[in-house]
Amino acid sequence: MEIRPIFASLRKHRIPALLIVLEIALACAVLCNAVFMISQRVNDIRLPSAIDEQGLVTVTLRGTDDKLVGSEIPRNLAALRGIAGVQQVAITSSLPLSTNNWGWSFGVNADSVIANQKNINVSLYFIGESGDKALGLHMLQGRFFNADELADSKFDTAPLPETHAVVMTHAAAENFWPGQSALGKTIYSKPYYYTVVGVVEDVLRPNISTTNTRKSYDAVYFPMSAAGSKGALSYYILRGAPQDRDRIMREAEQKLAELNPGAVAKGQIYVDIREKYFANMSSMAWMLVLVCVVMLAVTAFGIVGLTSFWVGQRRRQIGIRRAVGATRRHIMQYFQTENLLLTTAGVVVGMGLAFGINVYLMQHYEMSRMPWYYLPGGALALWLLGQASVFGPAQKAASVPPVVATRSV
Amino acid sequence: MFAYYIELALRSLKRNRVLTALMVMALALGIGATITTLTVLRLLSGDPLPQKSTQLFYPQIDPNAKEGYIEGQTKPDSIMTYVDAMNLLQAHRGTHQAAMALTQAKVIPKQANARPFFSDAVMTTADFFAMFDAPFQYGGGWTAADDDGRAQLVVIAGFLNDKLFAGANSVGRVIRVNDHDMRIVGVLKPWAPQPRFYAQDLGGRSYGDGEAVFLPLQTARAMEMGPQDIECYAAVPDVKHIETAPCEWLGVWVELNSDEAVAGYKTFLDGYVKQQVALGRFQRTETSLLDLMGWLRQEQVVPDDVRLQAGLAFGFLLICVVNTVGLLLAKCLRRSGEIGVRRALGATRREIFTQFMVEAGIVGLAGGVLGLLFAELGLLGIRHQPAQYASLAHLDLEMFLFTFVVALVASLIAGILPAWRACVLAPAPQLKAA
Repeated sequence: MEIRPIFASLRKHRIPALLIVLEIALACAVLCNAVFMISQRVNDIRLPSAIDEQGLVTVTLRGTDDKLVGSEIPRNLAALRGIAGVQQVAITSSLPLSTNNWGWSFGVNADSVIANQKNINVSLYFIGESGDKALGLHMLQGRFFNADELADSKFDTAPLPETHAVVMTHAAAENFWPGQSALGKTIYSKPYYYTVVGVVEDVLRPNISTTNTRKSYDAVYFPMSAAGSKGALSYYILRGAPQDRDRIMREAEQKLAELNPGAVAKGQIYVDIREKYFANMSSMAWMLVLVCVVMLAVTAFGIVGLTSFWVGQRRRQIGIRRAVGATRRHIMQYFQTENLLLTTAGVVVGMGLAFGINVYLMQHYEMSRMPWYYLPGGALALWLLGQASVFGPAQKAASVPPVVATRSV
Repeated sequence: MFAYYIELALRSLKRNRVLTALMVMALALGIGATITTLTVLRLLSGDPLPQKSTQLFYPQIDPNAKEGYIEGQTKPDSIMTYVDAMNLLQAHRGTHQAAMALTQAKVIPKQANARPFFSDAVMTTADFFAMFDAPFQYGGGWTAADDDGRAQLVVIAGFLNDKLFAGANSVGRVIRVNDHDMRIVGVLKPWAPQPRFYAQDLGGRSYGDGEAVFLPLQTARAMEMGPQDIECYAAVPDVKHIETAPCEWLGVWVELNSDEAVAGYKTFLDGYVKQQVALGRFQRTETSLLDLMGWLRQEQVVPDDVRLQAGLAFGFLLICVVNTVGLLLAKCLRRSGEIGVRRALGATRREIFTQFMVEAGIVGLAGGVLGLLFAELGLLGIRHQPAQYASLAHLDLEMFLFTFVVALVASLIAGILPAWRACVLAPAPQLKAA
């Protein structure tokens, strides 16, 4: 295929050619960045959390009397166990992605105080008997709390509990003691200290950071007795089969409301908590998808419009070429090659632009660097789009009969 | 003459229906996306109290330990300890001043069988209502004496009054909050400044409904109501008594009516911090006194996603404009023959230029009308989103007019190049070719 005639003809139509190049460059730049933003959000939405999310139901009970919870919590748990289809019941202070966060920072040295800059901030989960089974925690090392640890743990006047045993996530253990086993090691916040008795597979925090997912799993479980909880335990958790969860949720909410007329009970299935947490993110992702699709459609129609115009304008030349021996294929190829050249010029500029936009966004927003393969990916998408949209007009051009050459337009 | 151009433009647009539809559609999509995102952006970055915002200031100080402090760079904390908040309030240096924290109030309706429910609440001091121009439907706020006396009274929002008393004047009646009987002294008219500037950094949402219950800080604390957010900077021996603990949980606002008053308050604040350093309570001397809009800017209250969306929409509009330029150009070059004839018959370049700009303008206006429809659709979509600000997304008159300005400007910009190309065509070769 001879390219020179294409260049010659493009030089005659400099402005429309430049416009196509510009449009493709802009589309490529926006596309790369939008797809990257979508993928970041999809990654966040899909962050794993090692609990039984599908079968989990929770009822929060707020507005109870702190002095009575010692007897009320065991009674409530017993009542919830009676609901058909419930396999496990427990109580905890918060759940992953519930936005109800209790944070504290600890160090690994005996003299660590809360204000130390090197401390690691973690989310605290307080949990009662069989909480590991109700949540579906996966023990990686060590054990869950024993009966004594659960019964003896209580709050005094300080915001940290009077106990010395904790279970932490694998990620938290790695952040405290990189490359070492955490079992038997101790975290400190003077005058409190806690020894790790177990390590569980990573569970998300109540609130997560979207920029640093490494920190999203820094969670520590503390044992807690009902009597000593001082209102910290308000999430009743029930585990059942996924198909039963809606019914379990309704029945559990009703039961807790009946048993505790002065308090406010609110039931939720866990999958809704997760969905609600990421609702903004997923609607942003969908809106980005919509913009990308519409933008590509506009670009495609722009190419179709301009190429059709060119075809209309060159009917005579096409006729002459056909008359002197060019096949339909040749004519098709001419327009396809022309489009390929224009798109290539467009994506070269577009990739530069995409990179520039990414750098700008990194400086002004919570955005990480776009992996290099997004650039050729975007280029490929626009090449395909260009070829697809030029196909129709090119076919129309190929169907121009040679006899046109003999007519004056 | 102008009417003639319009007639010519319409005739030319009709001749090429598909191309015209493409142009109008592309422009409308670009404009629709831009107006939708701009409406949201404007809504979220708006002034919550336009009549008062320049007189409201947010003092900040820093009680943290010396470790990690870089003089002149470390920003002071965004909320305050009880001790500092009360010290600033009692100095009475502003026209009004109030300290506040957000909390949850358990409201127990008097009706039989009614379940208790939790409502958002503010625990604050007497000046809150006067300082923020909160409008009362019935009754009024409370006094400083009520603050000190821990009076058992509340101000409730109109929507709670509707729910509990069917909108009747409930001043003097009693509601049960957190198992205490509280006398209603005032009912607010619908009031929810957006963004919710005073809730910022106190653990509340930045947009959406206002609180249902407002009660005196001391009263609420006596009832053991706790703040939504609490930040501690040293070991805490007793979490119940957060008044004396090294913990920050209050926001303080001050009303200052003149530049001298602002300068005076800043001097007072610096002096206060120096005094605390001398007393050994503070190690850091940084202070800040931002006005309301400055505070919202520092807090970056507008979500990143909303700003990204607006940027994206502008990029999209740019693509649509480039697209329209291309299509208009294609259309006008195709009509070289017609232009040649008109020029030969005596039309000046200026007239040709005007004719093509009129055509572009008509495309723009059509794009604007359709774009308005898209914007309404877009805003409808946003109202169904889960965001806090979703219900606020409405097109106002200004944005309505702005749509047409954007449409017209975009189309005229798109029209300049083709119109210029058309008017510089030499008539003779075109006539010959035809």
